[in-house]
Amino acid sequence: MKVLAAMSGGVDSAVAAARAVDAGHDVTGVHLALSQTPASHRDGARGCCTLEDARDARRAADVIGIPYYVWDVAERFSRDVVDDFIAEYAAGRTPNPCVRCNERIKFAAVLDRAVALGFDAVCTGHYARVVDGRLFRAADAGKDQSYVLAVLRPEQLAAAMFPLGGSLKSQVRAEAADRGLSVAEKPDSHDICFISSGDTAGWLRERLGSAPGDIIDESGDVVGRHDGAYAFTVGQRRGLALTRPRPDHAPRYVLSISPVERTVTVATAERLAVSRVECGPPTWSGAVCEMPLTSVMAQVRAHGGPVDCRADVVDGRLVVEVVPGLTGVAPGQTLVLYDGEAVLGSATIDRTA
Amino acid sequence: MAYLDHAATTPMLPQAVDRMAELLGGVGNASSLHAAGRRARRVVEESRETVAGALGARPSEVVFTSGGTESDNLAVKGLYWSRRAQDDRRRRILVGAAEHHAVLDPAIWLAASEGAELVLVPVDGMGRVEPAALRAAIETAPDEVALVSVMWANNEVGTVSAIPELAALAAEYEIPLHTDAVQAVGGLAVDFAACGAAALTVTGHKLGGPVGVGGLLLGRDVECAPLLHGGGQERDVRSGTLDVPAIAAFALAVELAVQRRAEQASWLASLRDELVRRVVEVVPDAQLNGDPSSDPERRLPGTAHFSFPGCEGDALLMLLDARGVECSTGSACSAGVARPSHVLIAMGQDEERARSSLRFSLGHCSTGADVDALVAAIGPAVERARSAGRTAR
Repeated sequence: MKVLAAMSGGVDSAVAAARAVDAGHDVTGVHLALSQTPASHRDGARGCCTLEDARDARRAADVIGIPYYVWDVAERFSRDVVDDFIAEYAAGRTPNPCVRCNERIKFAAVLDRAVALGFDAVCTGHYARVVDGRLFRAADAGKDQSYVLAVLRPEQLAAAMFPLGGSLKSQVRAEAADRGLSVAEKPDSHDICFISSGDTAGWLRERLGSAPGDIIDESGDVVGRHDGAYAFTVGQRRGLALTRPRPDHAPRYVLSISPVERTVTVATAERLAVSRVECGPPTWSGAVCEMPLTSVMAQVRAHGGPVDCRADVVDGRLVVEVVPGLTGVAPGQTLVLYDGEAVLGSATIDRTA
Repeated sequence: MAYLDHAATTPMLPQAVDRMAELLGGVGNASSLHAAGRRARRVVEESRETVAGALGARPSEVVFTSGGTESDNLAVKGLYWSRRAQDDRRRRILVGAAEHHAVLDPAIWLAASEGAELVLVPVDGMGRVEPAALRAAIETAPDEVALVSVMWANNEVGTVSAIPELAALAAEYEIPLHTDAVQAVGGLAVDFAACGAAALTVTGHKLGGPVGVGGLLLGRDVECAPLLHGGGQERDVRSGTLDVPAIAAFALAVELAVQRRAEQASWLASLRDELVRRVVEVVPDAQLNGDPSSDPERRLPGTAHFSFPGCEGDALLMLLDARGVECSTGSACSAGVARPSHVLIAMGQDEERARSSLRFSLGHCSTGADVDALVAAIGPAVERARSAGRTAR
């Protein structure tokens, strides 16, 4: 097959590309330039898409012995991921930009272009497995990225190649060193790639401006002030700077955010538990599931544990009832349904109860 | 493999390789006073005379540098600093809108950091700076102009500006004109004295010499502040131990390129015309950019620059590369991202057309087989790239 290997400059995508070559494919490396103004280098584990990352990707392609190009997808990324991220926070929701990037950039814009240019598949360094067209969790549970890929539709999945799904990260690093790839010891990237400072609230404030408002409790009493409701996410405890403690000094968490009223409501931990999660329309990863689903599991964040649930589709929208309950579930987050190790599908959370 | 990117860099002439190899094992700092130093100095000075002779300059007007970028920086910054030191009002830098980044970026930097005012002199639809445009730019405030810089031949589309005319015009106002002749030397008749420029950039690797060596021809009476301070090896305008083998190979390449120019330019132009004709046969809506004139003095002989409507230049480049045909899009930023060519934008083309462009450039070792390979590959590549359209944007 003619395979396009997306190479971020990190160790995973480099080994994935090398394995695609070993598997006998005709591989071309492509670094996706996501930023219109790339920084010259990156600081530790934060960010990506710097000129240094582009150079690391180029060097890996040299070592693997494949052609290498840079594709400029900065405009699409800015529109479909970054602008969406800002708009979602402005609306009081908590987006997952990695999910959006996989859905709209890597396995949409890039895949479409690759197919049009004669490629059969896009290979990435994601930790997930595809077996018979179905998406499964990776062998390395600590690195599993099936959550951020669950948004892919069957036709996207059919053209995706994840050569690392069966390996442990430690094996991948060792293999990179054996292959002479200089990125073998490069730190993993964390956080949000386009917020290199790691300060999401500060980054949002630069773009959304100051929008001060009250922090209230469930009875409506003002217990603090904030500089912008967008800086908060449901379940957050730190950084609230509440001025009026509760008599019992129980810690309080963000329960909900109302961007129009500019209020952030806080409550104690037990009030955060939700048993019913209402989502938008589901995207099925494989075949469309028959409803209702009774013994499946739901996961609402990239590294959160899955919980038992019952799922149904009501008026085209996914409704999930979880037992015993989930905490810190924010509108905007992605809910992924699993059947054991297999991904069934996903949907974006609208509200909770 | 068909190498159609000679304007990026062209293979060294075998004679230049031999000359360089012969000298690489030797010793001698051209500034040393002993016999080995004198031997090295002799090679440098003979090379200087060779370059001067080939390009119509006096030997003392040849300043050896590390290549085109350094020469351009030296001319733009050095002339600016000197002229401003003479008269503090002289802060306007007039540069062609389609200049190479090695001229544009120093001028932009001077404007951002050194109190200069950058004036982009517009080019016409073919990429040429017309004398009237230069005159208009000067006339705004003639006493405030520090320098003019206009390239002899454009590196992307190959259009030639009439440097003698422009230099004469600048001279009416006693303004020095620098010209980046990196693409011109070897392709066009370049005579420093006759053209009237105050400074002229030439580099080795575009004409069969090594990378990393070039020169700035700098008129004897032209003051130019140095970029590199130190031993003052080159007329006190440029310091740094001279690279004797590279300078010798560069000089030989300049000499040979100029000797062979007339004959080579004529067969290159006919090969280029064949390339253009056959590409347009295969892709009838391909648009040739730059001056389509058959007058050899109005365009570089080896350059053909096209826009392929509906295609992304970088997609085409990749598809052609996979078929063994090597060419280039406009300018690439340091990450390797293809940006829409500022040259085409300056020529009044829209971003779509600028993004859909590719440059094919022929050189001393090009053959009809290179053109055959391109003609065989371009049709399917354009078809593919067109179907991909602008999906990733």
